[in-house]
Amino acid sequence: MKSNNPSLFQKALLKDALKHSFIKLNPKDLFRNPVMFTVWIGTVIMLFVCLSTLFGNTSQGNLGYNIVVFVVLFLTLLFANFAEAIAEARGKAQADNLRKTREETPAKLLDDRGEWSIVQSSSLNKGQVFFCEAGDIIPADGEIIEGLATIDESAITGESAPVIRESGGDKSSVTGGTKVLSDRIKVIVTTQPGESFLDKMIALVEGASRQKTPNEIALTILLAGFTLVFIIVCVTLKPFADYANTPITIAAFISLFVCLIPTTIGGLLSAIGIAGMDRALRANVITKSGKAVETAGDIDVLLLDKTGTITIGNRKATSFYPALNVNENQFKNAAILSSISDETPEGKSIIELANVRLSDYDISSSQFRFIKFTAETRCSGVDVGDTRIRKGASDSIRNLVEKAGNTFPSEIDEKVKFISNKGGTPLVVSVDEKVVGVIELQDIIKPAIRERFERLRKMGIKTVMVTGDNPLTAKYIAEAAGVDDFIAEAKPEDKMNYIKKEQAEGRLVAMMGDGTNDAPALAQADVGVAMNSGTEAAKEAGNMVDLDNDPTKLIEVVEIGKQLLMTRGTLTTFSIANDVAKYFAIIPALFIASIPALQGLNVMKLHSPESAILSAVIFNAIIIPILIPLALKGVSYKPIGASALLRRNLFIYGLGGIIVPFIGIKLIDMLVSLFF
Amino acid sequence: MNTEILGIITTFLIAVALAIPFGKYISKVYEGSKTWLDPLFNPIERIIFKIGGINPLKEMTWKQHLSALLTINLVWFLISMALLMTQQWLPLNPDGNPNMSPDLAFNTSISFLVNCDLQHYSGETGVSYFSQIWLMFLQFVSAGTGMAAAAILFKAFREKSTDQLGNFYNFLVKSCLRILLPVSFILALILVFNGTPMTFEGKDTMTTLQDGHTVDVSRGPAAAFIAIKHVGTNGGGFFGSNSAHPFENPNYLTFMVQMIGQLIIPLSMIFAFGYFIRRKKLSWMIFGVMTIGFLLLVTPNILLEQNGNPAITSMGVDNSLGAMEGKEVRFGAASSGFWSIVTTVISTGSVNAMHDSTMPLSGMNQLLAMMVNAFYGGCGVGLLNFFIFIILAVFISGLMVGRTPEFLGKKIEAREMKIAMIIALLHPFLILTATALATAFSQFTASTLNNPGFHGFSEMLYEYTSSAANNGSGFEGLGDNTPWWNISTGIVLLLSRFLPIIGPVAIAGLLASKKYIPEGAGTLKTDTSTFGLMVFAVIAIIAALAFFPALTLGPIAEHFSLY
Repeated sequence: MKSNNPSLFQKALLKDALKHSFIKLNPKDLFRNPVMFTVWIGTVIMLFVCLSTLFGNTSQGNLGYNIVVFVVLFLTLLFANFAEAIAEARGKAQADNLRKTREETPAKLLDDRGEWSIVQSSSLNKGQVFFCEAGDIIPADGEIIEGLATIDESAITGESAPVIRESGGDKSSVTGGTKVLSDRIKVIVTTQPGESFLDKMIALVEGASRQKTPNEIALTILLAGFTLVFIIVCVTLKPFADYANTPITIAAFISLFVCLIPTTIGGLLSAIGIAGMDRALRANVITKSGKAVETAGDIDVLLLDKTGTITIGNRKATSFYPALNVNENQFKNAAILSSISDETPEGKSIIELANVRLSDYDISSSQFRFIKFTAETRCSGVDVGDTRIRKGASDSIRNLVEKAGNTFPSEIDEKVKFISNKGGTPLVVSVDEKVVGVIELQDIIKPAIRERFERLRKMGIKTVMVTGDNPLTAKYIAEAAGVDDFIAEAKPEDKMNYIKKEQAEGRLVAMMGDGTNDAPALAQADVGVAMNSGTEAAKEAGNMVDLDNDPTKLIEVVEIGKQLLMTRGTLTTFSIANDVAKYFAIIPALFIASIPALQGLNVMKLHSPESAILSAVIFNAIIIPILIPLALKGVSYKPIGASALLRRNLFIYGLGGIIVPFIGIKLIDMLVSLFF
Repeated sequence: MNTEILGIITTFLIAVALAIPFGKYISKVYEGSKTWLDPLFNPIERIIFKIGGINPLKEMTWKQHLSALLTINLVWFLISMALLMTQQWLPLNPDGNPNMSPDLAFNTSISFLVNCDLQHYSGETGVSYFSQIWLMFLQFVSAGTGMAAAAILFKAFREKSTDQLGNFYNFLVKSCLRILLPVSFILALILVFNGTPMTFEGKDTMTTLQDGHTVDVSRGPAAAFIAIKHVGTNGGGFFGSNSAHPFENPNYLTFMVQMIGQLIIPLSMIFAFGYFIRRKKLSWMIFGVMTIGFLLLVTPNILLEQNGNPAITSMGVDNSLGAMEGKEVRFGAASSGFWSIVTTVISTGSVNAMHDSTMPLSGMNQLLAMMVNAFYGGCGVGLLNFFIFIILAVFISGLMVGRTPEFLGKKIEAREMKIAMIIALLHPFLILTATALATAFSQFTASTLNNPGFHGFSEMLYEYTSSAANNGSGFEGLGDNTPWWNISTGIVLLLSRFLPIIGPVAIAGLLASKKYIPEGAGTLKTDTSTFGLMVFAVIAIIAALAFFPALTLGPIAEHFSLY
């Protein structure tokens, strides 16, 4: 993964965000956000109050005070807009980084007659075919229909090792902006210009097609509810105050109202959502909707392929077991010789285990005659002079040995069973049709994967391993890796059925996949993450695409989803808890002039009614920019169990939300009291 | 220890101790499983079902439940209007009390229908015995209505996924017959043996020791009425001065019995919920939150009332018995402070002292108790109100732990939030708006106030808070039998009764039909003290935030002026 953690506020981004903060003052945009829209109305009213005071109306307090209130309200709006704008700018910058790689590259377009011409990449349409040779930048997303090539995908993934992509199978997909290093491929364009996943993602971030997620809608209802409560509180306060003969100025009313409604979360809400998608993008995951990120936070079950996710790609040799009466070195030597020309990863791992250098063996010598693995013999080997060395599955070697009239040693038979029982694969080696020993191959579980599963378990997520292995092997690996469940001898439809079963029981399921035969399951899963290297069908079916092709990426996606919800929740709590202190600042200030006894309620000992009100609105305004970094980075998630997490966040943001404004307002008041 | 305090603690503990087994009994009643009272009630119930043409096994959806509930309430309302406006000509009117005016009949009918029992009349002169019996019937069925609504909620969370939530009439009949009736019967017996009248004869004449003067003494079928007044958390007194009247509440024993009587059903319903949905721990969470809220309100009241009024002390009057103005000597300051909070947290609204005369902050706590209206609360409806706060708390805390909020395996989404928010908003909306109108139209209200200034404001605020909480107690300084008060409180009563029943039942119904999500390691448990704290915070913040300015201009301003 690319290391991309730039400072939160880059200069260029700041400028762009500032500009947009003003553009977003348009009430049509603000209407989507009921909390900030009411602040907008309050600001407009204050503008009129200022004007009327300017032209001699003395009933609403002095001009300077009214202007300050107006300015602070205006700033509150700007700050909220700025939060959204900076989140958008960061998301866009991130997306632009990715997009830059694919801007205007020449494409070698093939027509029906097989002739080619050079066109600009932006003019490529879905269904057209182009070809690329070594050194070309691939002009658009597509699928290889002919050929094989090594491709440098570092522009997108940050991974420098080249990858192989070939037509047919599950590794046929190429991404625009990546570079062909060798060979020649013919590619069919799979997306219209401007409709690639990346383009869709950029549109999401820019807000043009950003839909509110269900959770955001529910939260907006809650916030709108709180706003309504305070409309009622402020409107009814007018007759109450009249009854008590304490006239309240419009500025005081609006200040009270703006302070009480949850402007902090209202101002930061959309920034939090955008930042969530942005964080996903930073993890090199393209999400097709904001909802997908949110759903990821709720996942109960996670389906993972064994190979490549839980275990390192292939099996490795882990032990040599010589037969009775066979010298260990003699057996090792036979094993090495049988594997010298074996290009499979298993073969290489035997050489590795024996800890020898290939250069010690003169394999070019005419003495060596290599026998390739065939489906019929199911064994491979080498003839060194007259010595016949063979290596293969136990039953094929048994055939070989018994045909020659020798017996298959019972201790080897036991070893074979023993290895199978613990999830390994036994390879028996014979020399001149006599068994010399058995090599144990084991799946190598990725380092630190156990800890990752442990973390998932603490988050409350059940992990399920999917493998083509037999149940015995599957069980052993599942236990060794620490997954909760497994599907052995899995066929594509088994995944699908498993997902459906879990969903029917009410759980949310996530899975990763890359093959075309994964597509239905990816579509069925609540969160389907397709590898970028996977087929187009898989990418279409999932709701996220992982540019790194990293199967454990889901863990990060889940955390991003949880962070997103938590940031909303904690800032809502903080915002509402703030009201307690604001009440204690403003309520005495409203009535103290006519009911001096209420001085007892002025627990912060604020200087004057004007300074108290101003301090409260100023605090209310500046808390928004202060919290922008938190909104963008997200509240940190710790898998410590739901109740402990609630206690922790309630303590920090609930209790903190009550205490912080008392201190903040008092400090601001000490400053403001110099003027009012 | 001070015997006054000891008496209070004993009373409360007896109520809790009785509530746990009784909660189990209630759960069995709604389940329809066997109880030891079956031989007595089964035949009666069969007759009622037969006459009413009710098939108790016919399951209803939440919408059918609500339409049944509203329809039968409308029928009771119409009958009530007719009876009260013609009582003069109807039987059982030995004292010859006149017909009610339409606006008073409207107010009284609604008030008893909605389990509020705000009374703008005096029992001795305002109603006939026949009307009293009718009102007694309403006291049973209005409590039964609330309990039946809660039973729908019970049912919704017992099954994994269903829209069949039992039969409304079955719940209603069972609530009245098998739960309210036996408890009321015991209570009435105790009252009769302690001197409360139970007769259909008219006023008695008593010759006083003073020069052979004679006094007319009102009587009537009071014991039965007073029993259900408390058991059904109704609160409407048989006599004008409610449980301060020596016939209505003769001695300390009847004080204890009446306190336990009104606590028993709301407390038992909490435990019944836990037994019914097989989550006893959840009951303890609810009970814990409610009890902490109750103690936070009741403790200052007892202390304030015991310490007396500094203004009276400064006049040189001995105040050592506590603030005794408006209190009965046979109960004392502490127990009157206790009663004033029990009767306001629970929507009973019966009084044994003048709330108008309590200390300013005691008055504020009585107001707060009704503004929250979910610390124990009325029969069944207390739990429904609390349920709304649970939904809000679940939502916020779900977000705080990074999970889409769920309660008892059901996801809380936009639709439920909308309903919960409307219901949570309704209470402050009704109280504040109605009080604002009353202060704005002072031509209708100014002359009815007993006191000017802050206290007068508290009187108006109290009247509407009491109406909106379906409580029915009055600050009693208010001259409230005027068209303005009769009609405006009547409207508040109606809105604040049925919407807060419709809302929670709708949410429960919607949740019941949703897919059940099994609890996993990541699920936020709702039966823990942490979650209880969250619910408490939500309740405190909503009540405190919405009502703080109003309380400042009433009791708080009065308090700071006094001290």
